[in-house]
Amino acid sequence: MRRTPPEKPADYLPIAFPAAMLGLFFVVPFAIMVAISFFERVQGGFYQPAFTLANYGRFLSAFFGEILVFSLFLAALVSAVCLVLGVPFTYLLTKLSRRVQVAWLIGLLGVLSLSEVIIGFAWSTLLSRTAGISNLFVALGLMQQPRAWTPGFAAVMTGLVYQAFPYTVLVLYPAFSRLDPSLGEAARTLGASPLRAFLTVIVPALRKTLIATFIIVFIFALGAYLLPQILGRPQHWTLSVLVTDQAIYQSNMPFAAAMAVFLVIASLVLVLLANMINRREPAS
Amino acid sequence: MKDFKLDVSRRTLLAGAAAGAATLAMPGVLRAQDRSIKVGVYGGYFKDSFDKHIFPEFTKATGIAVESIAEPTGEAWLVQLEQAARAGAAPADLSMMSQVAMLKGQSTDLWAPLDLARIKNAGDILPQFINKYPDGRVAGVGAVAWYITLVTNTDTYPEAPTSWEALWDPANEGKLGLLALVSNSFLLEVTATTFFGGTGILDTEEGILKVMDKLAEVKPNVQLWYRDEAQFEQALKSGEIPMGQYYHDVTGLAAADGFPVRSTFPKEGGISDSGCWALSRASTKTDEAHVFIDYMSQPAIQSLMSRKVGTAPTLKRSVLDLTDDEFASVSSDIAPIIPRYDLYTSRADWLNQKWTELIVQ
Repeated sequence: MRRTPPEKPADYLPIAFPAAMLGLFFVVPFAIMVAISFFERVQGGFYQPAFTLANYGRFLSAFFGEILVFSLFLAALVSAVCLVLGVPFTYLLTKLSRRVQVAWLIGLLGVLSLSEVIIGFAWSTLLSRTAGISNLFVALGLMQQPRAWTPGFAAVMTGLVYQAFPYTVLVLYPAFSRLDPSLGEAARTLGASPLRAFLTVIVPALRKTLIATFIIVFIFALGAYLLPQILGRPQHWTLSVLVTDQAIYQSNMPFAAAMAVFLVIASLVLVLLANMINRREPAS
Repeated sequence: MKDFKLDVSRRTLLAGAAAGAATLAMPGVLRAQDRSIKVGVYGGYFKDSFDKHIFPEFTKATGIAVESIAEPTGEAWLVQLEQAARAGAAPADLSMMSQVAMLKGQSTDLWAPLDLARIKNAGDILPQFINKYPDGRVAGVGAVAWYITLVTNTDTYPEAPTSWEALWDPANEGKLGLLALVSNSFLLEVTATTFFGGTGILDTEEGILKVMDKLAEVKPNVQLWYRDEAQFEQALKSGEIPMGQYYHDVTGLAAADGFPVRSTFPKEGGISDSGCWALSRASTKTDEAHVFIDYMSQPAIQSLMSRKVGTAPTLKRSVLDLTDDEFASVSSDIAPIIPRYDLYTSRADWLNQKWTELIVQ
């Protein structure tokens, strides 16, 4: 890999293609979305070019405020659960033999090949009263009668964590596998228990990775719109669900775009905040 | 992150993708002598039945090949058609559209005007099934009529319910599946008819709010507010969610396949809705479209659809050869609840906002 800064215009060539792709498939559509968010909604029809703040005005209400807060809370909780499960998992994974590691990683990659729809329907069957795992518990004598665990908040969380967990591990894995094993060994030599060494030495050493993982999973969960619909009750619908409603079913593109812009701003603010916190305290 | 970006770009890139599809569909690319038409019908049982029983007969009779497109219900398909038409493309030439979608499409002139003179049986089509622009141009011609009724799982409910009031019965706590959108569930009309003596109360905002208050009482009974039909259909068949509102035709097809489900016309009436054949203004297949609508409007074909797809005919009963039993299986003598389509255009956003607040909170 070259380490010298680019000097001639030609030095920028390797990034020209990705930059063009990013511009064409992300920046341009995003700009169109921002533009549409200022367009005028034609009730009972579609929309027409104009400049109005009405779409943003409609969003600024206690109702949508609550839904935005719930969406952010849900995404943060999903990230936290993914980290709590993913960090020890990845740490232990890197202690295993190469072959076992590869098998686990392939299994996790396999989950990524499933579509959100399949994950949603699979969990709604697994958590259902008529065909779900509660029937297994009844057969084992652990429960009196089968119960429906979906739709509900726990079901939404289960689905989202299941979907985000492979990302968590895949982001954490390189950092954990590169981690100098002598760090942990030194802590153990100085008398720390394995748990204490893990919590006070390993975890702080990887703080930046952990924050980066948290942000990736957070933004991933914030965009989920199918799982809250399939596994949740209406009070568990996220802002993304309502954006979908407006865009797909109400043909109110301007309002959908305005809500989406709000969602992007909210997540950008949180990312910047996390970065600032990260920078203020220098990593070990 | 992946998901969110996908969402943004899918919507905005739709027009571009549709334009690309249109280029591929240029007549020069296809074999020129083949006549064909792309027809959108609701996906699932509905499309399967059309593909199996109706479209092959049409191709045999006219030589025009049908490429059927599975369209989503609700207004999702309308949005896609409109976005594509803006880019000059038609993902389907003809589509079966519900009445709310027809009215919304009218506001942007999405539907190409149709010529009734080219449809032999136009005079036999019941007048409520001809959808017209305010200036009298024909926007759509009735394809099929259908009912949304009270459906139950026969294992859980050995006795069929008789009234929509069953939705409010405290004994049914956590047992209902209802449509999640105000503009396709028509639950306001159901509530108004069941408890307020008719849909007249929906004329004013105060009246609508009163009806919504009454409707809010069903919330503890609702286990699932569904957008996706497959989700409820599956749960109804398995008994997971043993009662709700659903389509009479599809429920009948499922019952015929041996699933323990039944559809009941409550004493207040089933909800009557219908689909029109409508031609996108971006389509170049005007001639084929008229041939298609002409074919579909024949009494024999309307009867065939009632027998095979389970839909109610849009033609006068007198020209059809359906027996009383056959007619009863797709329709009912009980006067139907007619949706207040006007509300979903004139008060669309207000209704949507109040409805979302009603079911979310």
